[in-house]
Formats: sequence, C-alpha cells, structure tokens
Amino acid sequence: MVEFLTQIINGLSQGSIFALVALGYSMVYGITQLINFAHGDIIMVGAYATYVMLILAGTPLWAAILAAVLFCAIVGVVIEQVAYQRLLNKNAPRISLLITAIGVSMLLQNLFQIIFKSDAKSVSNVLPSFPIPVGPLEISSVTLITIATSVVIMVLLQLLVKKTRIGKAMRATSEDAGAAKLMGISSRNTIAFTFAVGSGLAAVGAVLYVGAYPSITPYMGSLLGLKAFVAAVLGGIGSIPGAMIGGLLIGLAESLTKAAGWSQITDAVVFGILILVLLLKPTGLLGRNVKEKV
Amino acid sequence: MTNQKKTGLIPKSKLLSYAVNAALLLITYVLFFVLIANGTINRYTSGIMTTMFINIILTVSLNLVSGFLGQLVLGHAGFMSVGAYTAALFTLYSGLPITIAFPIGIVLAGVVAAVFGVIIGVPALRLRGDYLAIITLGFGEIIRVIILACDFTGGAKGLRGIPTILPQGSDATSLSLAKYSYVFWLAVLTVVIIWAFVRSRHGRAVIAIREDEIAAEASGVHTTYYKLFAFVMAAFFAGVAGSLYAHHIGVLDPSKFNFDYSVEILLMAVLGGLGSITGSIIAAVALTILPEFLRGFEDYRMLIYAVILIIVMLFKPSGLMGQHEFSLSGILARLSSKKSGALKKGKGE
Amino acid sequence: MALVEKEKLLQQDKTDRPVLEAENLGIVFGGLHAVEDVHFSLRREQIMGLIGPNGAGKTTVFNLLTGVYTPTTGQIKLEGQSILGKKTYQITKLGIARTFQNIRLFKDMSVLDNVRVAMNQKMEYSALAGILGLPSYWREEAAIEEKAMELLSVFHLENNAGDRAKNLPYGQQRKLEIARALAADPKVLLLDEPAAGMNPTETAELMETIKLIRDRFHVAVLLIEHDMSFVMGICEHLVVLDYGRIIASGSPEEVRTNPKVIAAYLGGE
Repeated sequence: MVEFLTQIINGLSQGSIFALVALGYSMVYGITQLINFAHGDIIMVGAYATYVMLILAGTPLWAAILAAVLFCAIVGVVIEQVAYQRLLNKNAPRISLLITAIGVSMLLQNLFQIIFKSDAKSVSNVLPSFPIPVGPLEISSVTLITIATSVVIMVLLQLLVKKTRIGKAMRATSEDAGAAKLMGISSRNTIAFTFAVGSGLAAVGAVLYVGAYPSITPYMGSLLGLKAFVAAVLGGIGSIPGAMIGGLLIGLAESLTKAAGWSQITDAVVFGILILVLLLKPTGLLGRNVKEKV
Repeated sequence: MTNQKKTGLIPKSKLLSYAVNAALLLITYVLFFVLIANGTINRYTSGIMTTMFINIILTVSLNLVSGFLGQLVLGHAGFMSVGAYTAALFTLYSGLPITIAFPIGIVLAGVVAAVFGVIIGVPALRLRGDYLAIITLGFGEIIRVIILACDFTGGAKGLRGIPTILPQGSDATSLSLAKYSYVFWLAVLTVVIIWAFVRSRHGRAVIAIREDEIAAEASGVHTTYYKLFAFVMAAFFAGVAGSLYAHHIGVLDPSKFNFDYSVEILLMAVLGGLGSITGSIIAAVALTILPEFLRGFEDYRMLIYAVILIIVMLFKPSGLMGQHEFSLSGILARLSSKKSGALKKGKGE
Repeated sequence: MALVEKEKLLQQDKTDRPVLEAENLGIVFGGLHAVEDVHFSLRREQIMGLIGPNGAGKTTVFNLLTGVYTPTTGQIKLEGQSILGKKTYQITKLGIARTFQNIRLFKDMSVLDNVRVAMNQKMEYSALAGILGLPSYWREEAAIEEKAMELLSVFHLENNAGDRAKNLPYGQQRKLEIARALAADPKVLLLDEPAAGMNPTETAELMETIKLIRDRFHVAVLLIEHDMSFVMGICEHLVVLDYGRIIASGSPEEVRTNPKVIAAYLGGE
C-alpha cells in the first residue's frame, strides 16, 4: 500500500511536468491549429540554459530559473516569427507547417548537439533534496516542490487567461481568429504571446525535470514532448484544464506501469493510450467537439 | 476512342511511350549490369547504388502519402524496420534455400509492414487533422524500443548473420549483380505501381482528399477507406525496402531506423516535390550520392538537412518539381510547340 | 400488401411521390436550437428555394441533409428510404449531391479531374485493374472521360478541361462545382448560394442553366439564395427559415406577400 501510494505521488510529480509541457502544445494548437513539434525541444533548451547558468556560470537557482524561462520564451517567439509566421499568414497547407515544425525541432536538436556534444551533461542538486515524512510515506522534497510549483503555475495561468486583457485576446483568437481581428485584436501579437507563455512554461518544466532526472542530452525533448502531446490529446487538445488533467493521467500511467515491473514498455503504454483515445474519444476528455465549418 | 471503349485496349499513343520507357529502362539496366560485371563500378560504388534504389522505393512510397494524400508521415523508417526484421528473421529461420526464401521474405516484409500500417492507420485516419503525423512519429520511436526489448530481434546487439541473397560460396561480383538486379527491378516496380495507381480512379480520389477532404466526401469519395489504402500501400513498400536493406547490409541495428532516418526520407520527398514521383526519384538519387562527397561534414549533415527543410518550406514549398512530372514525351511536346510557335511567329512576320 | 394496392402505389410513384422528405428536422448545438421542426417535401424535378435572413440555419439544413451533421430529431427520407445516420459519401452515392457556399473545388486538379472524382463512385474497376492497366481500366476510363466532357460542355467548360480548377474565373468555378455535383448522378441537387458574387447577366444565365439541368438530368433542385429576383424567377416552391424555424412556405407569390416573411426580412437583420 505504501509502495502504491509512493508510486501515485511519483506519478503525479512526473505528470505535472507533462502537464506544464502539454499546456504549451495545447495553447499553440488552440490558436494556430499547429502541432508545434519543436515544443518538446524547448524543454531541452530550457534544461541546457539551466545547466549553463547553474553549473558553468555558477549563478544562484532563482537566477538560473529566470534566465531559462526568459531564454525559452525568446526562443519560442523567434521560432514563431522566423519559421511559422510567414506560413500562417499566407494560409499555407497544414502539411507545410508541420514539416517546418519538424525542421525546427531537428535544427534545435542538432544545433545543441554541436554546441554541447551528444554526451549527457549532469546537473545534480538543482532543487534541494531531502526526504519529508508524510504519514507512513517518505516523499522526496523534489517531488513535492514539483507538484506544488506546477499547481501554482497552473492557477496563475488560469488567472492570466480568464482575467487579463491578453488572456481574453487569446481566448477570442482561439475561438474565431477572423472575428477577433475585426474586434481589433492583433492576432500576430496574440500568437507571439502564446508562444512566449508556452515556451516559458516548458522552461519551468525543464527545471523541474532536471531536478528529478539530473542528466540532460540534446535529444531529451523529443520523447518527453511526444508524451506531453499525448497528454494534450488525452485531455482534449486546445483545452487548458484538459492539458493539466491529461498530463497528470499520463504521469500516473507511466509510474504505475513502472511499478508493475514493465518499465521497458512504458513508452509503448503511453503510445497505446494515444491510439485508444483516438479510437474512443478523439476530442479528448475535456475537448469540445469542433466540426470544421462547411 | 469509341473503338477503344469496346475493346478496352491501350491507346496507341500511350503504347509508344510505354515502349520507349521500357526500352530506356532495359538499356539502363544492362549498362550498369555490364559496368558492375566487368569491375568498372567497384563494390563500394555498387553498394551506394543499392542504397540509392532502396531510398527511391522509400521516397516514392512516402510521397504517395505525404504528396498525393497530403498527410505527414514521420515514421517511415519504422515501417522499414518492421520489414527489415521480418524478412531477415524469415531468411534466417525458415530453412528454405536463400534463393527461394529471399523473394518470399520480401513479400512477407511488405505484408507485415502493411498490417502495422492498418493498426496505426485506422485510429489516425478516421479523423480529420494531423493525427497521422504524431501517431507515426510515436510508432517509429516505440517500434525501436520494442525491437530493443525483444530477444528474438537480437535486442541492442542487433540481428546478425543475415544470409546473403545468393547461396554461400558465390563470388562477390555475382552477389553485387544479384543485389543490383533485385533493387533495380523492385524500385522500377514500386515506381510503376504507384505511378499507375495515382493515375487510376483510386488515385484521383486520393488526390481529391488532399485538395479538400470535405468536398471529396461530398463527391462520394469514401475518404477513410482511400486514406487508409494509400497509407497501407506506402507502409507495404517501406517494408519491402526494409527487406532489401536487411539483406544488403547483413546486420540490423535498431538505432539505424530512428527519427532522423524518417526525416531524411521526408526531406527527399519534399525536395523533389510533394506530389511528383519523378521529383522523388531525382531527389533520392541526389541525396544518396551527395553525402558521399561531403564526408568531412558528417557531424553537420542533419543540421544542414534541418535548415534546408525549413528554407524549402518557407520559400519554395513545391520543391524541385512541384506536382509536375518529368517525362520525355512532355519535353518533346514542349520543344515541338516552341518550334511550331516560333514557326508561326516567323510566318507572321 | 395486396397486389392491387402495390400497383396503385407504383402508379402514384410516377406522378408526384416526393423524392426528398424532411420531417420534424432539428439539431441542437450546445443547448442552442440551430434548426427546429423543419419539414418539407421535394417532388421530382421540382425547384425549391430555401430562403431566410443570414444565420437562419439554411446551410445547417444542407449539412443535415448531407450527413455532415447528425440531426438531434426528425427524419430524412430519400425516395421513401431513411438516410438518417448515413455518412456523407453514402448519401452522395444514394443520390444527394451539393455545392458549397464558399466554393470548394479540388483546386490543383484539372477541371476534367474535378468532374471525374465525383464519377468515381459509379466506376467499377478494381485498384489492381488500375495498376495493371487491364482492359476494364481503359474501357471505363475512356467511357468516363467521354461522359465528363459531355457534362462539361453543358456548362461550356469543355475547352478548359485541362486547366487547373483554381485558374478558372470565379463564375466558371461556380459552374464547375455544379457540374461536379451533377457528375455524382444525383436525384436531388443542393445548391448553396449558386448566384453569390455573380453579376445580373451571369445570374440570368445561371437561371437558364439550372432549368436546363433539371430538364436534362431529371433532378430535383433545392437551393439557398439571397438574390430575390433569382429565387422568385426560378423556384416553384419556397420555404422560409428564420431562427432555425420555418415561418412560411408556399408559392413565390404567397411567400412574397406573407407578412411574417416581410417582418423577418425587414426587422430580422
């Protein structure tokens, strides 16, 4: 029982990282209908930014986090401006956008491989690590920090989207970009802002991820990104609460699979979930059933 | 035309161009056969040629889905690996003499890859949207993990001792010639089949889906069926390519069939022009040979590919050929129309 | 059923058994009744107009009839058979073809191919026959090309057969879309704002074309249109929608003088 509860909490911790990344996929998809394949690699960028600041430059943790978030937000916006904007503006076929996104993803991976070499870099003790007794359980501080940070960030994000001007612009653009434009909402700025926020969240995810798994490589983002995307689809792509729930569920599924002794096929399980969701409820748990306008 | 309607015979005009193309193919085949046989083309170079033809099969089949159907596939190397392992395990363990086992292995490789195509395609293609891209990406990654985890595939050590396609004791030149013959004609077969498919009523339905899925459905096209058909057909040929690869290299290393390889095939299709079969062939040939001249830049290859992919999409998304095809009769028609145009002009003045 | 009765029914069939019937048709989108209690019946070779202010639910009715949306309530019958729950492509095969408000052509395909795609469902040769170039392939392809060219010539598009659809001028694109719908060999043709964006000459020409295709292809036509002179000039029967409900139906003359219709049009928008 104790073992089971520990796994559940580990799953929630892992899942909250997926959730943070899934949010980026979901928000960008909601506004541009683009699966931004490069989003997973933003985590990798964030992880290396943390590594550079913390280990190479020796800055304190708060500065490293701030730098990682800012750097990722900038990278996200630059990617949007340079690679996607032109195609989004001229209403290019979806496949062109997807191929560009794949190109960007590969570019980031290979660029970082050339800069940092492909061997894993170790970034240990990013977050203070000590066991905390909770009832009969003993939970790592890192796990609790991860869950707590994610919860706080998600609440902040909900406030941003629901209460602020720019948040309303995001929702309006995602509802109907044409109409939003007519109401004086600049879709350009809104899209750029969405990329910035999504990438910033991925950076936070990266710091938390490195806290739990202190080894980083240029390719760490691709599988993590894929799983986060599955989480977004499971929750209902385009839905912010959906991304959170989807992330947590995927995290739980992973950790329970590992607990059952099948750790080798965890990835296959996550992928199986994607297939099941597409077969049974393609709109996801909280997604709206949006039919293409005829 | 009325005549033809009754008989169902091939029109004469087509017959001529078919004959010319067949003759050209035969001449090309014999030419390289002789060059390999007399040693002008050494074993290394003929090895590259084999890879080139395998890449043609991969690129043209990927183009069927990504170019003609308009759906992105990011796990073509995954289907290739399924075919490679299927054929290799078959020739290893079937106990049949290799000259019989290999052709059966090729077909089996295609069929098993196609079955995987159905499993992946049904959930993804029932829906509109970009699910195929993500699901094939996942498939490509997962199949590798599964191969690594299994014992009968050789796991991370790879699958070794795959028999050569001629009985043991055959000399190296005969082996090169046999490989060359297999890959050449299978590449020709793939191209001809996909070419003919695209020009049939089924191919038109597939292209219509790319153009406008809703309008295609409203025009009576069973969109899910045709999407699945094209996708499974592409998976089949990727499997065939895998079987050839396995018996060309002789050792299977699961890490070979990674995401980078899928993207490399995609790059070939994109550069050649999504929707152009001849474009795919040209790009596959060029991108197989080019790296040989850029040996020193091996580390930067994928980076360069990524940059090319982005630049092509931003500035020339139609690639080299767009949706056009390179054909001799087309060129002749253009030349003659230019000539007659010039003549008319001359007369006018 | 007694034989005599059966014969009687058959007799009736030939005269005016409806080809398309909608009963109590309705759909709810997130609590909103987009279309409610819509009912009409379309006779063979009848031209009927579906009119109403913007947002009245006209295109939604088309989407219900063609299986794009599944109705929440009601029944749709094509020649007496329910087509409820059928997929769009199946409904097209059964005999309802449509055009779209914002033209949806296969832009990068040739004009001829646009028409041939819609004929696909009537063709029989297998994928294998197509790949191997068996006689059935050449025979059917030759026949279909002839049929397609014939159809194009009705719309004076035969000289553009090889052009890409996107390179046609706007008016011709609208015509091609109608040609493509007819290529599916329908019993009922649904036209969504066929005259939109046309000048008066083109509109007048279109009226003649629609009458011509009705007579020549023996189809019933249900059309949505805002151009009142067009609607009054061509339709034998009108159904007026407002806020998803039928507010009037009858001959053009009856509808024109109906106070509810006048109110909807003047006060509605």
